Amino acid sequence: MNWQSGASSSGFQEENRISTGRRLLYRFHIDLPLWIGIMLLSAMGMVVLYSAGDQSVELLNRQFVRLFIAFIIMIAVAQISPATLKHWAPWMFGIGLLMLVAVLAFGEVGKGAQRWLNLGIFRFQPSELMKIAVPIMTAWYLAEAPLPPRRMRIIIASIIVIAPTLLIAKQPDLGTALLIASSGIFVLLLAGLGWRLIFSVFVLMAASAPVFWNYLLHDYQRQRIITLFNPESDPLGAGYHIIQSTIAIGSGGLYGKGWLNGTQSHLDFLPERSTDFVFAVFSEEFGFLGTLLLLAIYIAVISRGIVIAVNAQDTFSRLLAGSLTLTFFVYVFVNIGMVSGILPVVGLPLPLISYGGTSMVTIMAAFGILMSIQTHRKLVSA
Amino acid sequence: MRNQVHSPVSHFRLLVVVGIVFAVAAVMMWRAVDLHVMNKDFLQSQGNARYMRTLPVAAHRGIITDRNGEPLAVSTPVDSVWINPAEFMAARDSWGKLTNLLSLDKEKIEQLVLQRSNREFVYLKRHIRPDLAEKIAVLNIDGVYLQREYRRYYPAGEVAAHVLGFTNVDDAGQEGLELAYNDWLRGESGRKMVIKDRLGRTIKHVESIQAAQPGKDLTLSIDRRLQYLAYRELKRAVLQYKAKSASAVILDTKTGEVLAMVNQPSYNPNNRSKLNSNRLRNRAVTDVFEPGSTIKPFTVAAALESGKFKSNSIVNTSPGYFHIGKYVVQDVKNYGRIDLSTIMAKSSNVGASKLALDITAKNLTDVHSRIGFGFTTGSGFPGEVGGILNMPTEKQLVEKATLSYGYGLSVTPLQLARAYAAIANNGVMPAVSFTRISQAEHETKVLSVKHAKQIRMMLEAVVSEKGTGYRADVSGYRIAGKTGTVKKADAGGYSDDRYLAVFAGMAPVSNPRIAMVVTINEPKGDVYYGGKVAAPVFSKVMSGALRLMDIAPDDISDKSVHLAKLVMGEHAQ
Repeated sequence: MNWQSGASSSGFQEENRISTGRRLLYRFHIDLPLWIGIMLLSAMGMVVLYSAGDQSVELLNRQFVRLFIAFIIMIAVAQISPATLKHWAPWMFGIGLLMLVAVLAFGEVGKGAQRWLNLGIFRFQPSELMKIAVPIMTAWYLAEAPLPPRRMRIIIASIIVIAPTLLIAKQPDLGTALLIASSGIFVLLLAGLGWRLIFSVFVLMAASAPVFWNYLLHDYQRQRIITLFNPESDPLGAGYHIIQSTIAIGSGGLYGKGWLNGTQSHLDFLPERSTDFVFAVFSEEFGFLGTLLLLAIYIAVISRGIVIAVNAQDTFSRLLAGSLTLTFFVYVFVNIGMVSGILPVVGLPLPLISYGGTSMVTIMAAFGILMSIQTHRKLVSA
Repeated sequence: MRNQVHSPVSHFRLLVVVGIVFAVAAVMMWRAVDLHVMNKDFLQSQGNARYMRTLPVAAHRGIITDRNGEPLAVSTPVDSVWINPAEFMAARDSWGKLTNLLSLDKEKIEQLVLQRSNREFVYLKRHIRPDLAEKIAVLNIDGVYLQREYRRYYPAGEVAAHVLGFTNVDDAGQEGLELAYNDWLRGESGRKMVIKDRLGRTIKHVESIQAAQPGKDLTLSIDRRLQYLAYRELKRAVLQYKAKSASAVILDTKTGEVLAMVNQPSYNPNNRSKLNSNRLRNRAVTDVFEPGSTIKPFTVAAALESGKFKSNSIVNTSPGYFHIGKYVVQDVKNYGRIDLSTIMAKSSNVGASKLALDITAKNLTDVHSRIGFGFTTGSGFPGEVGGILNMPTEKQLVEKATLSYGYGLSVTPLQLARAYAAIANNGVMPAVSFTRISQAEHETKVLSVKHAKQIRMMLEAVVSEKGTGYRADVSGYRIAGKTGTVKKADAGGYSDDRYLAVFAGMAPVSNPRIAMVVTINEPKGDVYYGGKVAAPVFSKVMSGALRLMDIAPDDISDKSVHLAKLVMGEHAQ
């Protein structure tokens, strides 16, 4: 990395050149590009939610409060240095795993799945904690030994990923299980898994697909996959979401129907329009150009995350930053893919846009970690 | 510090990862292009298909007015409540409020919903008031919908019920003129485009594809004032004599327009929930009766036409009865040798029979045929009948004789009124019309002017002090008419205690404008003569009708009229 070495050699001069504002941001461990991207997405989210929620100011207020809390959490997390996170890793992971078991044992059922743990004062979703804990734990474990990891490490790291994934999949919460699995897999991939191993795992997965299909998936999950390929097979049931959302997106055309003018969403044809399917509302009202803009901002945020990973100065930070960024990318891709009908319906919100609190806090905490990794760098190399 | 940042493996990995990210982003972009640009038209039309709906627009049915533009049948907007059973079933919790508003039984609704659960459209209640409909709309219950319709309202109520008939809940004519003129009154329902949301609520009216073509208005020949007057007097008589039924018809003698047509018993067309079919008939056109003595003017007409009799011919009716085989023709008393006028005035059956037996049967039945007995009047009124025309041979003496005083044939009140209109109109019989016209659609010459005038004079004698019909008199006007007291046919013969009282007549004699028939069926008690029961009704209605129609008095023997004429000077000719 040329920039990296350049910075190392003339680090002192560069520190003189940066403005006081920038210095202040760094003092509070805030990464400006990331901050701007998140702010833009949140703002766009508020705009589209106002429309999707039928111009409910109350809904907007609640979302604003959530965003505010999430921003505070992000800044708070950004203050924690990667080294401290590393120390906490086994503890966070261990507690998270225990809670997941507890959820299955005596958790609360909501919307047909057992995801909540009632802690007396508030309800808590342990799977959200695991979204952060799994990549931290895996990154910590793999960074302990030289890379690429040996076979034994790979096996143990895989168990670290698979255990919580299965527990969450059992709730059932396929979307979160998918995110957690991918966050762990990203760490493994970035750590330098042999290409042959990657390939054989891929083949193994493909081979085990029928088993997966027949024994591990719930009926409704199978139905969702069937309807992906042929939504018209059950237009009023399982296919309804996909049909309505693709119609909403497509009828937006090039320029969209205009803010607050989306017919499919406002006439109640589009289900879950302020939560998981908010992208369809956005696309109908802002059209192809709006969609391009939204995707561009997401790509910018993801790119910034990758830059942070590249700039990271130790293995743990780099693996963690890479994993969190790519998981965020999966988040966006799965949601948009689902809403636009190229992926099966998986209950994942569109990050920073969809209405809802729990996942937003986790996402912002992840951004806090990214900012922490970026701003805790030692500018002069040792 | 261990630092693997510059490890070549790691570097390559990141490059692959970035490549994957951009590849996936490219897939999403492609999908956006696919949906937004390539499939735009299809998806947009699909989208429109989901919320654009064409709905029928109920057409406004034409108003029926009387000849002066007074409304007799109007359509008012109402709403009908219908449900989609499947959706409605899901909204069970809200049923209570709905059943309260509509005052329906919850269990019956449940039964209805279960029975029709596989349908998508079931009427819950038709034609509710707009304010009630608004309350239901506010409830916003799933599966409950409103539909704008029109309900027919008849301001004249029972008074014009038979003539007008009514429409069914779907606004189609079922009876009377509503049925006869259904095609004229009915509009063409239109179509409109609306935006509906997922629950089928109409959000916005987009455009009218085809405007509803309102039906055409209909102006009847009926004069509402005469109709009310005739109805009131007829009803009063029916109550007074406890009669079974009754009818009255008023015709304009020049144009053949029906100015009033009323019957008893009647019904309220605005609330037909307890209607029995007995009250439904427009008896003036659907029920026939033997005309009895009211046919005598036509017997006399046949006699005059035969050439064997002149208006001043004398007939010997002594001793007040005579035998035809076993059959006895009888008068109330022995009138002796009397002229044709007196035969009419006293309503002598013996006289009429002798006239009939002196002429050919053909003479008699020719007149009957010409004045339209045996055939419907062609008014087009639904359910109209033509009655029975009897054609006796020359040897059937009894039949010939009884035909002369009105037995052995049957007519409707409308037919009889039209026949009298022919006498009134100097022998020219106008076609009957229920709509307002300025001159008769077609006319039939049925009697010579001379004979018509002669018969009119004879009929005037009936209403004179010496005649049977003096109670039909109207002060200030010259009235001509004939009473009839008809024994009703029973199984195997004629009844001795069931009668039909009739009075048929016209006014004013100098230039008749109105012909009227009043029939009162089966008055109870001792008073049943046409001259006593029907003639007073005729008098009251005719008196009012003449004044309402602004017809100048013509009875110069009446002092008050004489005075009036002096005051009016040259206007009164």
